[in-house]
Amino acid sequence: MAIFFGIVFVLLVACCLAAPLWANHVAHTTATENHLSDTIKVDGETKNVVALDGVPIGPTWQGEFFLGADRNGRDIMVRLLYGGRNSLLIGVAAALMTTILSIVLGVIAGYFRGWSDGVIRAVLDIIWSFPVVILGVALGVALALGGLKIGPITIAGDSLAIPIFIIGIVYVPYMARPVRGQVLSLREKEFVEAARAQGAGPLRIMFSEVLPNLASTLLVFFTLLIANAVLLEAALSFLGAGVRPPSPSWGTMIKEGVDRIATAPHLAIVPGLMLVITVLSLNVFGDGVRDALDPRAKVRLEH
Amino acid sequence: MGRFVARRVFQMVLVMFAVSVLTFAIFNLIPNGDPAVRMAGRQQSASTIREIRREWGFNDSVVVQYVKTMEKVFTGDLKSYFTQLPVGEEIVKGLPRTLSLAIGAALLWMFVAICFGLYSAVKAGKFADRFLTIIALIGISMPVFWIGALMNHYLGFKLGWFPNGGYVEFSEDPFDWAYHLILPWTALAILFIGFYSRVLRSNVLDTINEDYVRTARAKGLGERRIMIRHVLRNSMIPIVTLWGLDFGAVLGGGAILTETVFDLQGVGQYAAEAIGQLDVPPVLAVTMYAAFFIVLLNAVVDILYAYLDPRIRLQ
Repeated sequence: MAIFFGIVFVLLVACCLAAPLWANHVAHTTATENHLSDTIKVDGETKNVVALDGVPIGPTWQGEFFLGADRNGRDIMVRLLYGGRNSLLIGVAAALMTTILSIVLGVIAGYFRGWSDGVIRAVLDIIWSFPVVILGVALGVALALGGLKIGPITIAGDSLAIPIFIIGIVYVPYMARPVRGQVLSLREKEFVEAARAQGAGPLRIMFSEVLPNLASTLLVFFTLLIANAVLLEAALSFLGAGVRPPSPSWGTMIKEGVDRIATAPHLAIVPGLMLVITVLSLNVFGDGVRDALDPRAKVRLEH
Repeated sequence: MGRFVARRVFQMVLVMFAVSVLTFAIFNLIPNGDPAVRMAGRQQSASTIREIRREWGFNDSVVVQYVKTMEKVFTGDLKSYFTQLPVGEEIVKGLPRTLSLAIGAALLWMFVAICFGLYSAVKAGKFADRFLTIIALIGISMPVFWIGALMNHYLGFKLGWFPNGGYVEFSEDPFDWAYHLILPWTALAILFIGFYSRVLRSNVLDTINEDYVRTARAKGLGERRIMIRHVLRNSMIPIVTLWGLDFGAVLGGGAILTETVFDLQGVGQYAAEAIGQLDVPPVLAVTMYAAFFIVLLNAVVDILYAYLDPRIRLQ
């Protein structure tokens, strides 16, 4: 089952990467182009893309407006694919950022112990005190206007890098703590002792002894992190503190859909289903990998 | 015990201080640009910005800014420059609604998760177990606001089985209160049911092989009695800690995503509206209160545990 869902995820990613192909050759539009006053032929019948009372057309199941249009007459299928690109990009990039930060912090704290361990643990505990959604939202609202300035680099408030940065930070305690715990027990193992006795320095021990033994935990965490990052992106965008419109993402599309659910429920159902399938496939895959590699590991992420 | 409590309370105060500094930094130090402009939100007149700069001490040193921010947050002097409403009053007004949502959902998810988890463990490897596992995985993969909106539209609006959003005071009509909250409770509980039932399932499977369970069986106790008195009781311990933490997370975070969809108009919806307007003062207050509440809850849970299990006091 895990392999099946792994393939589903890869296919989803491939579809989203192929978004320009669909947009240019099948739908003949872009993700942000409005078609408010256009008409389209469905089964030989001419219909308005957006009816006079503002209700957009539902799925036509043909090249243009395959899944219907939104209230601005934009093609849902095209937006879904481009939105998926953004959502998945944010998910993967944020998960990568969390993983790298967690490895660095967890290994330093677990291996060197002492004051660096104390400081890192205290910082992680403080971040951990905030509910994930609240911390994400607080950072989202604070960074939305002026953006972020790290040294010489300035990130604009409406850039995709902002949600990546936010989500990448928020999940660090949930991964860095278990990594630290594992490093703490690994450093007492005989093979580490042996490497040390042979005169290997701390860096060498980390890269050739500690990290390879963490690989299975890291892989499982990385998969589950992508799933949670995609969900958190949706939540932040839903609240208006994530991806900024008119850029599509599954979160912003769900928000637009929920606002108009009474007249055009397909606007909410379509991106939501896509999101659920993606997150589900990652969760099942991550679960399967964990069971295959280390069934006793307890990996948990907060929502 | 007294020493343990004193130490734990001292630690709590330290963490609260650090949390307040971090919150202050998130809103006033980390972002790029003028904090007064951000604070003003959509009320960007020159006089408002001047007033904000004076009131919040944005022309003074960082220490003065921090002290003034804390004064504002904890004396109830904070107001939104966009709506002109005092933040403290709005939060107090919404609190009973948010508590109703969080407490009901927490009881519901715990009850259903115990049933699912126990049944799944008893039937481990069989069809029922696999089916419940898949359901649980789907549950943790759904955004609460999406499933909530669909439930509200189809079950509430289309079929008319439930009220289409809204809230009724408990004191007014307890039955109508619960009737209005069934859908929000369910939407919010789905995620946690998926999560808790799986944790409980694996705990039960671990406990079933313990010696004391074998002893109980050898004594001739009935299977039902063994499951409830010995297995379930011991499997619940780790879950109860999670329950406390997740309750805090729902009160502080999950409610924001749920309330708007069902128009419950509690603290969560208030926060969600402020977020949509990029109205900083309410978001600052909700963030600070939520984090403080979680720190407090953690300390209370720890002290309760130390009271129940004396070994913890010595650590």
